[in-house]
Amino acid sequence: MTATGVPSKDGNATDASTTGPPAPDATAPDVDFGLPATLPPDGTTSATTSATATATATAPAPAPAPAPAPDETPPPRKPSPTPLTWQKLTVLPSVLVVVLLITWIWFRQAELDSISENALSNGQVWQALVQHIRLTAISTFFVLVIAIPLGILLTRRTFRRATPVAMTVANTGQATPAIGLLALLVIWLGIGRRAALIGIIVYAVLPVLSNTIAGLKANDPTLLEAARGIGMSPAEVLARVELPLAVPLILAGVRTALVLNVGTATLATFGGGGGLGVLITTGITNQRMPVLVLGSILTVALALLVDWLASLAEVVLRPRGLEAGS
Amino acid sequence: MPVSFWEYVGTYHEKLLFDAWQHAGAVFQCMVVATVTGVLIGVATYRREWAAGLATTTTSALLTVPSLAMIGLLIPVVGLGVAPTVIALTLYGLLPVVRNAVVGLRGVDPLLVDAAKGIGMSRPLRLLRVELPLAWPPILTGIRVSTQMLMGIAAIAAYASGPGLGNEIFRGIASLGSANALNQVLAGALGIVALALLFDAAYVLLGRLTIPRGIRG
Repeated sequence: MTATGVPSKDGNATDASTTGPPAPDATAPDVDFGLPATLPPDGTTSATTSATATATATAPAPAPAPAPAPDETPPPRKPSPTPLTWQKLTVLPSVLVVVLLITWIWFRQAELDSISENALSNGQVWQALVQHIRLTAISTFFVLVIAIPLGILLTRRTFRRATPVAMTVANTGQATPAIGLLALLVIWLGIGRRAALIGIIVYAVLPVLSNTIAGLKANDPTLLEAARGIGMSPAEVLARVELPLAVPLILAGVRTALVLNVGTATLATFGGGGGLGVLITTGITNQRMPVLVLGSILTVALALLVDWLASLAEVVLRPRGLEAGS
Repeated sequence: MPVSFWEYVGTYHEKLLFDAWQHAGAVFQCMVVATVTGVLIGVATYRREWAAGLATTTTSALLTVPSLAMIGLLIPVVGLGVAPTVIALTLYGLLPVVRNAVVGLRGVDPLLVDAAKGIGMSRPLRLLRVELPLAWPPILTGIRVSTQMLMGIAAIAAYASGPGLGNEIFRGIASLGSANALNQVLAGALGIVALALLFDAAYVLLGRLTIPRGIRG
C-alpha cells in the first residue's frame, strides 16, 4: 500500500533501532518499523503495541496487527548501539565521488555522434540537473506544508474520527501509478511544469501524511496525560510535547518526500516538465547509450545524495532527549 | 470522434485484458522470485549484525534509486523489452522483503527459540517451524508493500518496451490532444489501481490462511 519512498525512509535508522537498547520508550522503533501505510485501517495498533512493549516483552501481544512481531522484542543480542556512525555518513559521498569520476572519465573518451551531441550540448545537462533539483525542492516544500499540518489536524480530537478515512484514502491513493497520475494531470492542465509539479506533490503528500499521523498516534499516551495533568492546554500539549516528540518522525517525512520526489521528478519529462528524465528518455528513444547512462547516473547520484543529506539532517536536528530512542 | 470511457473499454477490452494479464503476470512472477530470494537473504544475514546491517542499508539505498534511472542503467546491459523490466521489478521487489525478513527474524523472541532448542529441535527445524512462522506477518507485509510498488514501476517499465498496462498510459501520452488520449491513460491507470487492489485483497486472504493461529490478531 505504499510507494517507493515509504520503505526507504528509515534507511539508517532501522538497524540502529533494532539493535538499540531495550529501555527507551518503544515509540521510536515502533514508528520506524511501523511501515505506516501497511497497517491498514487500525492505526491504533501501533499505539497499543508500543504501550505493551514497554510493559511486557513476551511475543504474542494482545492486539497484533499484520506487522506486530518485530517491535515488541528488543533483541538483546549485543548491547552495542552502533552509534549512528560517522563513517556510515562518509561512505556514501566518497562512493558517489568515485562513481561520478568514473563516469566523467568514461564520458571524456566516449564517442558522441551528432544526436548525442545535440542532446548534451549547450549546458543542457546542467540545465536538466538544475531543473530536477528545482522540481524536487519546490515539490518537497509544498508536500511538507500540506501534509504535516493536515496530519496534525487529523489527529486532533475533533477530527479524529476522520483519521481512518484519511488513512484509507492515502493508502488507496498510493496504488495509483505515478505515471498515470501525471499523465492525467497533463491532459487536464496541459503540458508544462505546473502539471508535473502538482503530480509530484499529490503523489508524495499521501505517504508523508500517513507517516505523520502514525507518528503522532504512536506518542506515548501517558506522556500526553501527564502533560495535561500538569495543566497544559491542548495547544501547549501539542507545541511542547507532541511536536517535539514527533520531530524524528517529521524529519523522516521530509526524507521520504525528498526521495520520492527525486524519483517522481524523473517522470516530469513525460509532461514536458524537464529534469533529468529528459536525458533518460532521449537516450532510450534515440538509442543513444551515452545520453541514457549519463542521465541515469546523474539521477541515481542525485537521489542518493539527497537521501544522504536528509539522513544527516535527521541526525543533527533530532532533539537531544530522544537520541537514545534510535 | 471522442468516445466515452466505457465505449473505449468496450471496444478495446481484449487488448486491455491482455495488457492487464501481462502486467499482473510480470508483477506476480517477479514477486515470487523476489520473495524467495528476499527471505533467503534474510535468513542468511539476520544472525550476524554486520551482515543484517549491510543487507538493510544496501536495500534501502537501492530503494532510493528512481525506477526510471534503474531501467535506464539496465538497458545498455540487457537491452530493451522484457529483460530490464523483469530485472528491475525483481530488484525493487526484493528490498522491502529483505528488510522485513531481517527485522522480523531478529524480532523473534529469543526465549522462544531457546525453548525450541530445549525440546530438541535442530537448527533448520527451528528456523522452519518457529522463527519463520513468527516472522511471517512482517514478511507478508513486505510482500504487500513490494507488490504495490511494483505495480507502478511496471507501468514505467513500459517505456523501455516492457509489457503491461503502462503501454496504454504511454500511448495516451504520445497522442496527447487526440480524442482517445484521456481514455487510454484512464484505462491504464485505473486498470493498475484495480490490479493493485485485487492483489492486496489476495494478500489479506493469504494472511488469513497462512499466519499461524497463535499470533493472529
